[in-house]
Amino acid sequence: MFEAAIKITLKKTVADPQGLTVKHALESLGFNSIANVWMGKFIRITLNAKDKTEAEAKVSEMCKKLLSNPIIEDFSFEVSNA
Amino acid sequence: MKFGVVVFPGSNCDHDCYHVVKEVLKQPVEFIWHKETKLDNFDCLIIPGGFSYGDYLRCGAIARFSPIMEEVIKFANKGGLVIGICNGFQVLLEAGLLPGAMLRNKNLHFICKFVELKVENTDTPFSSEYKKGQIIRIPVAHNEGNYYIDEKGLAELKKNNQIVFRYVENPNGALDDIAGIVNKERNVLGMMPHPERSSEIELTSKDGFPIFESIRKWLKEHGKS
Repeated sequence: MFEAAIKITLKKTVADPQGLTVKHALESLGFNSIANVWMGKFIRITLNAKDKTEAEAKVSEMCKKLLSNPIIEDFSFEVSNA
Repeated sequence: MKFGVVVFPGSNCDHDCYHVVKEVLKQPVEFIWHKETKLDNFDCLIIPGGFSYGDYLRCGAIARFSPIMEEVIKFANKGGLVIGICNGFQVLLEAGLLPGAMLRNKNLHFICKFVELKVENTDTPFSSEYKKGQIIRIPVAHNEGNYYIDEKGLAELKKNNQIVFRYVENPNGALDDIAGIVNKERNVLGMMPHPERSSEIELTSKDGFPIFESIRKWLKEHGKS
């Protein structure tokens, strides 16, 4: 059994109003050194695969087909033994 | 001629669309459950607004993989008329029937109000009953209506005259004030505003009805009586 930790974020070229709002809130708390805040999604999937390479290939396909929208989002993930 | 309204779990403008086609446009219309795998001789499909699958993951992302969507895509690729309204527009974007994607509204608010639109292109099956440049009043109700497309995509939209409606005052941050677009072939329309909520004077505006009337006229001209 493997576990995939998947991160999906808006592309850096896409404006992120949620991130900007959180940035403003952090600044109002006195955190003045922030350059940027990017919000995203975190998805954890456990899956069966014969080895890590196969698990990674499956997760990559899931990200491309459904979990992210390539027009506005980037994804990255790490697969480990669960 | 026969209209179909696709119903996903979480669709909530399906009955409004059905009502307008049946009672105002006075044309035959049927609901199509998302689990159907066949389309029964429809001439125009409406993908209605709402919150399909609770808007989980991304708006429209899960509905796009409903069984019926395979058929909707085939229907559109054969030239059938498809109109996606609000969440329906988001579904068509996710399905790749229209270019671009939706982001959260710039001000992070759910925006529910009447807006003014400018009709930019009347040379489509959906907008022939308007006058070019006409200002119409139709309500929006969405959280993710901030249309996005890359520079190259926007240039394509403009070059092919695919922008049908623009906001007069941009409520949500949509790129280039875009409120509604067609595909290159002009048989698929997606729009965030709700014409089905502005097709009878009891609802204070009938400015959305010419969309339905344009479709009826186009179908009639193309041999569907």
